[in-house]
Amino acid sequence: MALAATVVLNGLTLAALYFVVASGFSLIFGLMRTVNMAHGSLYLVGAYIAYAVFEPLYDREAWYAWYLAVPVGMAAAALAGVAMQKLLLGWMQGQELRQALVTIGVSIVVADQLLAHFGGTPRQFLAPDALFGTTELPLVGRYPTFRLVQIAVAVAVGLGLWLLLARTKLGLMVRAGVDDQTMLSACGVNVPRVALAVFALGAALAGLGGVIGATAQPLAQGMDGRFLLTSLVVVIVGGMGSVPGTAVGSVLVGLAEQIGQALFPTYAVILTFGLMVAVLAVRPQGLMGRSA
Amino acid sequence: MSARLSLLAFAVLLAAPFLLGLAMPQAQAQFWTVNILGRALVYGIVALSLTFLATYGGFVSLAQMTVAGIAGYGVAILVEGAVPGIVGGLPYALAVPAGILAATLAGLLIGAIAVRTRDIYLLMITLALAMAVSRFAESNIDWFNGYEGIRNVVGPTLFGVPFRQPHLFYYASLAAAAALYAGVLYLVRTPFGLVLQAIRDNPRRAAALGYDVALHRIAAFGVAGFIAGCGGVLTTIYNIGISPGSIGLGASVNILIISVIGGLGHPVGAFVGSLIFAVFDTFAASLYDRDRFNTLIGLVFLGIVLVSPDGIVGLARRIPSLLRLPRRAQAARAAETG
Repeated sequence: MALAATVVLNGLTLAALYFVVASGFSLIFGLMRTVNMAHGSLYLVGAYIAYAVFEPLYDREAWYAWYLAVPVGMAAAALAGVAMQKLLLGWMQGQELRQALVTIGVSIVVADQLLAHFGGTPRQFLAPDALFGTTELPLVGRYPTFRLVQIAVAVAVGLGLWLLLARTKLGLMVRAGVDDQTMLSACGVNVPRVALAVFALGAALAGLGGVIGATAQPLAQGMDGRFLLTSLVVVIVGGMGSVPGTAVGSVLVGLAEQIGQALFPTYAVILTFGLMVAVLAVRPQGLMGRSA
Repeated sequence: MSARLSLLAFAVLLAAPFLLGLAMPQAQAQFWTVNILGRALVYGIVALSLTFLATYGGFVSLAQMTVAGIAGYGVAILVEGAVPGIVGGLPYALAVPAGILAATLAGLLIGAIAVRTRDIYLLMITLALAMAVSRFAESNIDWFNGYEGIRNVVGPTLFGVPFRQPHLFYYASLAAAAALYAGVLYLVRTPFGLVLQAIRDNPRRAAALGYDVALHRIAAFGVAGFIAGCGGVLTTIYNIGISPGSIGLGASVNILIISVIGGLGHPVGAFVGSLIFAVFDTFAASLYDRDRFNTLIGLVFLGIVLVSPDGIVGLARRIPSLLRLPRRAQAARAAETG
């Protein structure tokens, strides 16, 4: 029983991380129909640059090292995302496949340059004292505190996104843009600027995921592919461009991965992708997605 | 590309090992024959399957290296002499057709999974499927020997000559590439190929004319699976085995790079792109930095996507018209004013 509860909790904490990363991917896709194949690279960029700031501060035992790393990682990823949208993707808006190819090219170059600058040694953030250690939980027993922080962050991101989309003027414009970009621009809204803001936000979420993820598990080359893949599967299962869909998709994928690994380790991957194939067969637009 | 140009290119490739032998020392000529031309041919076959799907069906699939890998793993699992022997015991004469059959079925399956999706959705789904297979192969010991993969797949002995003898390997690859290339050009002129192109241009109108759109799409993936399977058997023998890394994300993206650099507009682009890729991969060291091949090829890929979405072949096709255009425009203007 305790084991089952631990496995489910592991699945949920993993789902929390997936949600933070995939919600950025889904947001960008929802508004601009841009499949950002470099989303995993933004995760790496955020994490590595944050680590470069974190390490010297941690060595000097500054208590705020980790707290500073979070906004730095988000800002670095947001800047990279904005640069990509501004320089490469903006002027080919509407050519979705070409945009996807461009982002694949970017991800190849970025991954190689990160390898050149940071090398192949895995790194890991050390969580600040307040978030470190374990917490006593009913059923499960002692559980890493930071994993629980992950869930809190995901809930905060989810609520924040909901507030942003439902309650602010930017959210209004984004929701209108998802439905009809031409009409939105005819209403006098500067759509390219909204697109830039959304790209910055989506990329920042990848960067946030980068720092959180690299605190929970080591940061290494190749993580970009893993998180790109996870984002893809999550939004395919949950539905493209929908925040609740991304949440549902994350929870399903996170649970499927952990339960699969607990029950049949060498066949675990099949469960995750079986889930994806099953959803595609029944609802090609995803569980919470609207049909195109 | 015109038939005459194709035949000329084929003749050059036929004579290549001897021409190379005249131009450079023996060992170097052998390296070029196998590790550049031969490699370009076998990966070109895998890329051909993607170019076929993209050019005539409008599907950009990232799962073609995976399908090739299924043929490769199929052969490696079944054939005698592979290390470790998973099933083993079968001669190449049986293992190779079985591998290609498995790849064709895998192609059909991927087509069936992705049949209701297009464009970027297809790209995402095929990427996810591709990574699923490579991660499964990596984590499964029983059938795929996990991370290490299966080694010592050296190919059959033909007429008393081992398959990996440079000239035999080269000419076998060339024959396979030429046959599949000609097959694709023939297939797209058959009723099936024409319907496929009609579906690419306007699926609703093709459906209204009474064609089963879904079935044609799935069949196209089956054909592509067969082509990729042939390529997969050859790449596996070229690499003397197969491992999850050779069907992973990087390998899948490499096939996309090859096809896009060559050009998604004509089947020949697959081989042009593959040759460029092989040359870059070999000589990246002297061009930029020993370890930074990915940056180099990534930038070339980006440049091609930004400048010429139909690749080198499209670029070459446009050059004559680009040169001619000003003169024709002048003539038109002269006709107007005159």
